Amino acid sequence: MLDALNKKLIEANNDPVAFDHDCREGICGSCGMFINGHPHGPVSAITTCHLSMRYFKDGETIWIEPWRAKPFPVIKDLIVDRSAFDKIQTAGGFISVNTGAAPEANSIPVKKKNADEAFDSSICIGCGACVAACKNASAMLFVSAKISQFALLPQGRVEAKDRVRAMVEKMDELGFGNCSNTGACEAECPKEIKLTNIARLNREYYKAY
Amino acid sequence: MEKLNSKIPDGPLSQKWIKFKASSKLVNPANKKKLEIIVVGTGLSGASAASALGELGYSVKNFCYQDSPRRAHSVAAQGGINAAKNYPNDGDSVYRLFHDMIKGGDYRAREANVYRAAEVSNQVIDHFAALGVPFARDYGGTLDTRSFGGVQVSRTFYAKGQTGQQCLLGCYSSLNRQIKKGNVKMFPRREMLDLVLINGKARGIITRNLITGEIERHGAHAVVLATGGYGTIYYLSTLAVSSNASAAWKAHKRGAFFANPGFIQIHPTCVPQLNEFQSKLTLMSESLRNDGRVWVPEVSGDKRPANDIPEEERDYFLERRYPAFGNLVPRDVASRAAKERCDAGYGVGETKLAVYLDFRDAIKNQGKKAIENKYGNLFEMYKTITGSDPYDEPMRIYPAGHYTMGGLWVDYELMTTIPGLYAIGEANFSDHGANRLGASSLMQAAGDGYFILPYTISNYLADQIRIPKILTDVPEFDETQKSAVERLNKLISIKGKQTASSFHKRLGKIMWDHVGMARNEKGLSKALELIKELQAEFWRDLNVPGSINELNQELEKAGRVADYFELAQLLITDALNRKESCGAHFREEFQTPDGEASRNDNEYAYVSVWEYAGEGNPYILHKEELKFEEVEMKVRSYK
Ligand SMILES: Cc1cc2nc3c(=O)[nH]c(=O)nc-3n(C[C@H](O)[C@H](O)[C@H](O)COP(=O)(O)OP(=O)(O)OC[C@H]3O[C@@H](n4cnc5c(N)ncnc54)[C@H](O)[C@@H]3O)c2cc1C
Ligand code: SF4
Ligand code: FES
Repeated sequence: MLDALNKKLIEANNDPVAFDHDCREGICGSCGMFINGHPHGPVSAITTCHLSMRYFKDGETIWIEPWRAKPFPVIKDLIVDRSAFDKIQTAGGFISVNTGAAPEANSIPVKKKNADEAFDSSICIGCGACVAACKNASAMLFVSAKISQFALLPQGRVEAKDRVRAMVEKMDELGFGNCSNTGACEAECPKEIKLTNIARLNREYYKAY
Repeated sequence: MEKLNSKIPDGPLSQKWIKFKASSKLVNPANKKKLEIIVVGTGLSGASAASALGELGYSVKNFCYQDSPRRAHSVAAQGGINAAKNYPNDGDSVYRLFHDMIKGGDYRAREANVYRAAEVSNQVIDHFAALGVPFARDYGGTLDTRSFGGVQVSRTFYAKGQTGQQCLLGCYSSLNRQIKKGNVKMFPRREMLDLVLINGKARGIITRNLITGEIERHGAHAVVLATGGYGTIYYLSTLAVSSNASAAWKAHKRGAFFANPGFIQIHPTCVPQLNEFQSKLTLMSESLRNDGRVWVPEVSGDKRPANDIPEEERDYFLERRYPAFGNLVPRDVASRAAKERCDAGYGVGETKLAVYLDFRDAIKNQGKKAIENKYGNLFEMYKTITGSDPYDEPMRIYPAGHYTMGGLWVDYELMTTIPGLYAIGEANFSDHGANRLGASSLMQAAGDGYFILPYTISNYLADQIRIPKILTDVPEFDETQKSAVERLNKLISIKGKQTASSFHKRLGKIMWDHVGMARNEKGLSKALELIKELQAEFWRDLNVPGSINELNQELEKAGRVADYFELAQLLITDALNRKESCGAHFREEFQTPDGEASRNDNEYAYVSVWEYAGEGNPYILHKEELKFEEVEMKVRSYK
């Protein structure tokens, strides 16, 4: 839709609307904007790039706006700076294992239930809708997804305490707000990341002190 | 001809890599910090290389054009990643994986590289598991595998339909660890505009900061391109809309030879085009062919809804033509068969450019739950895009451009013909011959980055330890920057009427119509003419608004399309040169009486390696003869 708009704008010698996008299949997390007041639009569990025009009425006026959250400054039009997310991951979103030092893959068995749950947390695409939806601009859903993935796997337990401390500290430092359990993030998350992740993050955090 | 030295170690195939590692030169830890390496790309290959090299202690600078390294297009891979673990005890081995890749590639890949890719595949899986990649598991807690197009063993590891995302996030996490340690410095939202050579060696790059428009210089002792494939040359493809060939193309024009540009894989299972504004085609993982059955109505033009067509009036054409492999034939075979049926008038849906992929029998035999477990998210994705529910009615699929086997020519050490310039992942040509087997690209990309490049690059860098930090205020950087800026100015000052995307779309249509799944001399020559005309029109009538000193997405697109016009012509030159059919390269003039590809090993058992000879001059063809010592070249048959 925005492609069509931009083609018209350019052909009429106007500046096109800048927006982030890449994969166009709901997996890279590049795209994201408020559409009619909802992050990624009014349809639940899908990203902006998957939002087909068939969800709108003919002739309907559609309102689009960028993410609005203090830790995500607007760069131009619909493009915001989400590098704060990368910084949180850099602070601790990894398991410290050197290339070549890994044990044989099947020597670390993981309960299927845990592996499946870890997977459900791991599919966050880092789009930032949760932060944009939250009145406190909290990044808890995003951070808790990564914490949960690693907390559920034996590989991740070794550094669990350091990880949760480092990531939460970085999140606070970058100006993300606190979670007040409103649940707007879960409702707007295109990947249906669950609030139970936040509960797990809180448990992990208390255990770490 | 002496220009091409593939540097394959001697000795038996299974000992080559072991021998190489044992004799490769090493860099003393104290010197590593002083050596700088630029890695362009943060996909599976780039992120794994940057983190592995950072871990070793080199000073690494890593670049990508997205706002975060986690968004490289590897993220979109769905189906899985291969390894020769033989966990299911079904007869797999490094040798068999190697053999399958050579055969799948239709005997146009280099044996030594392919064997090594198979050899390191097991380490890749070990590493990903240790990094916390949540692969699918069995109840006993061990890793689960599935079988994937074109092979008869179950060796594909997967994380539902998001294997690429999970592997990429694994690489991203190891990258983050090195960024935190200060070993890797990350430069997102940067586009590499050109490669800088000093005394014939790769010594740096020129980039554009995509937010500010600022032109930047970066020096290093070696440069690694991990910039992915060029499938978007068809405009509509399964790649991300911004995927492009520009970095590799610029390197090519600076002296890196380009190999087998004409080998492009068309993926059989994509969601067909729904409207004209569509900018990409979404892949439906090939793993669906494990349980889905491909068919068209037996009577051409049958207008009944799929579910109303009785069993005996359905033509399961893959099962009919290829009884041994059935729905699991390799991609090129499946794509061509679908196109053949549609061209003959048996296609389904409004455009008649689609065939059915049906899960009715699988749901009946295994239950809905089992199917949901395997493909739940793919079914949902299909429903989101099309509005139709694959649990109730068959999917409609059609082939689309997907993977480029061709790429920068590299030797055994993954070095291009420019000393100090490396190419890894999809950007190089080395492991997949004329056709890539499913799930072997993630494997190759991560293998290149984590387990191969760190060994081979030290062989070069060991001789560079006396070279001080590469300074960028030298004439070579001045000149390269000047030519990069001139080009941007040229694009922006045309001030014509048409958008870069509209040119891209037209280029893509020409490519798809004449240089797609089936090619012939007449069509290829015609495409070459049309593209030259379109290119001239582009440079006359392009409209890029704004300036070069600001965020300008239209300028980014224009630069990429301009390069595609040039690459397209080389691609066609290559396709014209190869007067045989092999793998994904199907020349209609060269087929067997029953329509299968007809290879010509006597004349074409070589890699076509193209040297750029300057603006307006014809390309120079070098041939890397392929010697098969381990496997016997056979007619590839899936019957
Ligand atoms: C839809 C889809 C599904 C797939 N499924 C599978 C599968 O199931 N199994 C499998 O094995 N393979 C699969 N593949 C293939 C596989 O995903 C890719 O071949 C592989 O991920 C490529 O990795 P890469 O690191 O080479 O490049 P990419 O992941 O494409 O990364 C390219 C990087 O280069 C950067 N870049 C490019 N140009 C520039 C520039 N000029 N300046 C700066 N940065 C630049 C980009 O920012 C990006 O970071 C699939 C491919 C697609 C498209
Ligand atoms: S938790 Fe959901 S909304 Fe938040 S970044 Fe991840 S995918 Fe986006
Ligand atoms: S463009 Fe990648 S998620 Fe929307």
